[in-house]
Amino acid sequence: MPVLECKGLTKRFGRATALEDVSLTIEPGRIVGLLGPNGSGKTTLIKLANGLLTPEGGYIAVCGAAPGRESHGQVSYLPERTAIPTWMTARQLLDFYGDFYQDFRREAAEEMLDHLGILPQQTIKQMSKGTREKVQLVMVMSRAAKLYLLDEPIGGVDPATRDYILSTIIGNYNPEAAVVISTHLIADVEKVLDEVIFINQGHVVLQSTVDDIREEKGMSVDELFREVFKC
Amino acid sequence: MQWQFSNDAPIYTQLIQQVKVGIVTGAFPPGERLPSVRDMATEAGVNPNTMQRALAELERDGLVYSLRTAGRFVTEDNTMINAAKRSLAQRHVKTFLEAMLGLGFQKEEIISLITQEFGEEDGDHASA
Repeated sequence: MPVLECKGLTKRFGRATALEDVSLTIEPGRIVGLLGPNGSGKTTLIKLANGLLTPEGGYIAVCGAAPGRESHGQVSYLPERTAIPTWMTARQLLDFYGDFYQDFRREAAEEMLDHLGILPQQTIKQMSKGTREKVQLVMVMSRAAKLYLLDEPIGGVDPATRDYILSTIIGNYNPEAAVVISTHLIADVEKVLDEVIFINQGHVVLQSTVDDIREEKGMSVDELFREVFKC
Repeated sequence: MQWQFSNDAPIYTQLIQQVKVGIVTGAFPPGERLPSVRDMATEAGVNPNTMQRALAELERDGLVYSLRTAGRFVTEDNTMINAAKRSLAQRHVKTFLEAMLGLGFQKEEIISLITQEFGEEDGDHASA
C-alpha cells in the first residue's frame, strides 16, 4: 500500500488555486524530493497530507486512509518554521514528545542530542538557530512514523548543519516508511533522494527517479530544475 | 574514503566506480567485510537504496559477495581485483586520449609528451 496517494487533488484559497488536479503516489522505503519554486504549492501539499488543510476536491490518503486522527499517529511533520516551545529544556522536550507520540524512540533521540553535545538541562531558547533546527529534526526523525513530511528542512542553515540534517535523514532510513522533503535547494539534497516530484503553480510537472533523470538527460536534477523553471 | 560526484552520470554508476577504486586501492581490502548499506550510504551522503543498487551490481560482477547473515564481503580473488584495476586504468587512459586527440595531438606527440613528463619527474627526484 502506498504511504501517500493523491488523485485529482485540488486546494483553493478563496479565488486563488494552490493545487489543481494533483495525482501522485509515494511508496514505502522512498525518500522523495518535493521540488518547486516559491509559491508552487509544496507547503500546501504537505499540509493537506497531515490534515492541517482540507482539500476542495479530489482524494488524498495516508496509508490508505484520509488524513485525520489516525494518520496523525503515522505522520511525523517538520514545519517550515521552528515550532518547539523555546522555554523547554532538552529533557522536557523529550518528555513532551514521549507523552504525545507512542512511537517516539526516546533512546534514539537522546543519543542524537548527545552526539550534538546538547545537555539535558539546556533550554531551547539558549540554542542558536541552527541548533534549534537540528534539535527539531532529531525529534521528528526519532518517531517511528510511516510518513515523514519535512518542509524546507535545510533552508536557512549553514552548509555544515545542512550536512548534519541530511546524514540524520539517511541514518534514520526505514524501508517501511517514506520521507518527503520539500526544498528548492536541490543540489544539496539530490544525492539523498530516490525520486523527485517537480511542482509548479499547483501542478505536478514531473515525477521521476534521480538516476533516471541523470541517465536519460545526462544532467543533474538541479540542472534540469533550472532548465524547467527558467525565469 | 573520499566520495565525489559529478552531475553528468547516474549516482549509482558513480558509486560502483568509487567502491571499485576503494577495493583496488585497498581501502576495502580483499576478504574484508564491507560496512552496512546504511553506514556506507551515510558516509557517502547518498540514498540507501542507491547504495544498495550499486552494491548489488558489484555483487553481480563478483567483486563483492554476500553471506546470508554476516553481510557483504570483498572478494579474495586477486585476478578479479587486478582486472578491475586494469579496467579503471583503461577508462582513465581513454578519457585522457580523447582530450589529447581533441586538442589535435597525434599518437607520437602524445607518447613523447608523456615520456618527457616522466623524465622531468625523475629529474625532480634527482635534484631533490
